[in-house]
Amino acid sequence: MEKEKVEEFTIKVYSENHIGLLNRLTIIFTRRKVNIESLTTSEYHIPGVHSFTIVINTTESMVKKIVKQAEKLVDVLKAFYYRTEDIHYQEIALYKVPTSALTGTNEIEKLVRRYNARILEVTPDYTVIEKTGHKEETQELLENLKPFGLLEFVRSGRVAITKPMKELTTHLKEKEDATHFTQAEN
Amino acid sequence: METKKGKQPDRKEIPPYGTEITGSEALIFSLIEEGVDTIFGYPGGAIMPVYDALFDYQHHLQHILVRHEQGAAHAAESYAKILGKPGVVMVTSGPGATNLITGLANAMVDSVPIVAFSGQVPSNLLGTDAFQETDVIGITMPVTKWNYQVTSAEELPEVVAKAFYIASTGRPGPVMIDITKDAQFGKVKWNYKKCTKIRSYFPYPKVDEEKVEEAAHLINKSKKPLLIAGRGVLISNATDELMQLATKADIPVTTTLLGLSAFPSDHPLHVGMPGMHGNMAPNIKTNECDLLIAIGMRFDDRITGKLDEYAPQAKIIHIEIDQSEVDKNVKTDVALVADARDALRKLLPLVKENDHKEWIESFEKEYEHEYEHVIKPAREAKGKDIKMDEVVHLISEKTKGEAIVVTDVGQHQMVAARNYNFKRARSFVTSGGLGTMGFGLPAAVGATVARPDRTVIGFAGDGGFQMTIQELGTIGHYRLPVKMVLLNNSFLGMVRQWQDLFFEKRYSFTELVNPDFIKIAEGYGIPGQRIEKRDDLEKAIDTMLATEGPYLLEVAVMKEQNVFPMVPAGASVSDMVTK
Ligand SMILES: Cc1ncc(C[n+]2csc(CCOP(=O)(O)OP(=O)(O)O)c2C)c(N)n1
Repeated sequence: MEKEKVEEFTIKVYSENHIGLLNRLTIIFTRRKVNIESLTTSEYHIPGVHSFTIVINTTESMVKKIVKQAEKLVDVLKAFYYRTEDIHYQEIALYKVPTSALTGTNEIEKLVRRYNARILEVTPDYTVIEKTGHKEETQELLENLKPFGLLEFVRSGRVAITKPMKELTTHLKEKEDATHFTQAEN
Repeated sequence: METKKGKQPDRKEIPPYGTEITGSEALIFSLIEEGVDTIFGYPGGAIMPVYDALFDYQHHLQHILVRHEQGAAHAAESYAKILGKPGVVMVTSGPGATNLITGLANAMVDSVPIVAFSGQVPSNLLGTDAFQETDVIGITMPVTKWNYQVTSAEELPEVVAKAFYIASTGRPGPVMIDITKDAQFGKVKWNYKKCTKIRSYFPYPKVDEEKVEEAAHLINKSKKPLLIAGRGVLISNATDELMQLATKADIPVTTTLLGLSAFPSDHPLHVGMPGMHGNMAPNIKTNECDLLIAIGMRFDDRITGKLDEYAPQAKIIHIEIDQSEVDKNVKTDVALVADARDALRKLLPLVKENDHKEWIESFEKEYEHEYEHVIKPAREAKGKDIKMDEVVHLISEKTKGEAIVVTDVGQHQMVAARNYNFKRARSFVTSGGLGTMGFGLPAAVGATVARPDRTVIGFAGDGGFQMTIQELGTIGHYRLPVKMVLLNNSFLGMVRQWQDLFFEKRYSFTELVNPDFIKIAEGYGIPGQRIEKRDDLEKAIDTMLATEGPYLLEVAVMKEQNVFPMVPAGASVSDMVTK
């Protein structure tokens, strides 16, 4: 059999906001030895609903199985997977450099402008730079800041907005309409 | 029954809604509201308030005191499998809860509804490594369908309602509820409402009518269809519908290990069990049929053998309630994601009456071959040693196929599955997906508690019997009429068989030096006998069946009998070997 190709997928999971659910979700990945590249969770705009954005590298057949397993969890409302072209996404990165590195040269300021980053905070000791973008961009800026004595770096997980127009509530309505909540007698 | 040195219980009745009660009382009343009549449990510090409340309501709720918490879980599972309603378990925190893990894992893979309650340290001590604190929620997460920690009395009725709803609907499974001691002591205004819907839970997907038509079309034009029925048929009470489909469209039926008794074993359309130690006909014909209709089963690797060579020629219809099982192992052509009974009822009117005489006769040919080379020689009263098959076959005849058969795990399990002639649904209880040795004896406890009116035969090997042998205590205590049949080959038989076949007969740590089982039973006040000679077998079985209450029949069977036929691990289902 031909080997399936490994791709980057972004999984979105919508759930009740329950303690322990994150644990249940991650078990699905660890049991299948799939590494989570990034994970972001936040409240959704629908009250009580929580959203998870999870990035993994795997095959399509595996991501399908994972999404089905996620949907099977009692507290999960709905789960989807997307290829990169189906979403708008961003990550945020923060860089800490010694303020002394900025004095006497405008190299860092040039980098900040070139990468569309911004200076968040300047103290006598250190300066914090913020950049929002895709991983390749934040990574490039990181490489460029290293020679200036970079002190600290952190990158967030991915946040993603999907391109399809169908709203979660519509999906849920459809799913509810397609469900009996007790065994059908007919 | 036993003498109580302490106080007698006050026979209390449930107070009206609105009365202020404790969390412990709320739990007991909630169970009664759910129609629970039995708890399998074991007390301890962290659950004592609940046990104290239970004391006064014993006339509503019987409590079976097992001898190990694992036994409570297995007994509850067996009870649930037989009655089709959740089995209830109650244990203390820490070791009480961890002792349940095997039982929960077993119920999880075999889709059995269990609602288990554990006591927990007071909420202000959570996370402090308090005495007998364990992270029950964390530890049971992978082996439960749902779990939840209750930290206040007010939550209890609603959580219990949710637990029963989740455990018993859709694809059933075990649910664990961990209750802190302060929640047991706390106060709540008594009220109860059954749960009938949860926003994020979609238990019974509606049948897609178009797919039903596609399925009917495939069935109607099939020349060589084969039905494979799993536990889902029993869960959804679809045995009548299965019978109607099989007889209307004239389709042979094979029942999986967990699906056994969903279709009468001796029905002309029943072609046996598929899988590793299944019958030859259904295995071989899986790779000859043009349509495989799988109902409520999940294509376990013990059934499919080598996946690439599993029914490659056939179209596959999969009727399955759990979306995540569809295309998981075997690619399907038409999937009806729905409750089996619901799907079958929609399908039946569209299915045409049919006749597949020749196709069905071709199964008989395979059966005759298997009968000549495997079944008959194994059942024959020949040779010096008694064979397991002889014993099961004889018991099947003596009980007229009417008993509930419970097994442990190993050779005897396969022999029991192969040789008992099931006449009634929900009559076979075994550990399927997990293959848990030690399941049998406590499961037999659960079976007799569930159906005291039916004969319960519990087959076990000498290895597995000793894994939960302490449940003889439960059997003796309640005089549960389990007919225990210990098929003693002085080996961990199934492992020895693999060593024989695949490890050059190197019997590495599989021979057992066994105790005097009859004496042990006697210690528990359970009568029994050991027989070694075939001439004594029939009489011993008669004695056992005629005995009221529990009985242990130990049969010294052939030490090195192998179970055949067999699909060697990793081989194709059509490559069964008979020796
Ligand atoms: C808890 C557990 N441990 C180990 C095994 C592996 N195992 C499967 S069958 C078997 C042998 C069972 O021997 P026995 O109970 O004597 O039954 P027999 O096969 O002889 O009928 C073993 C060790 C298991 N299934 N479960």
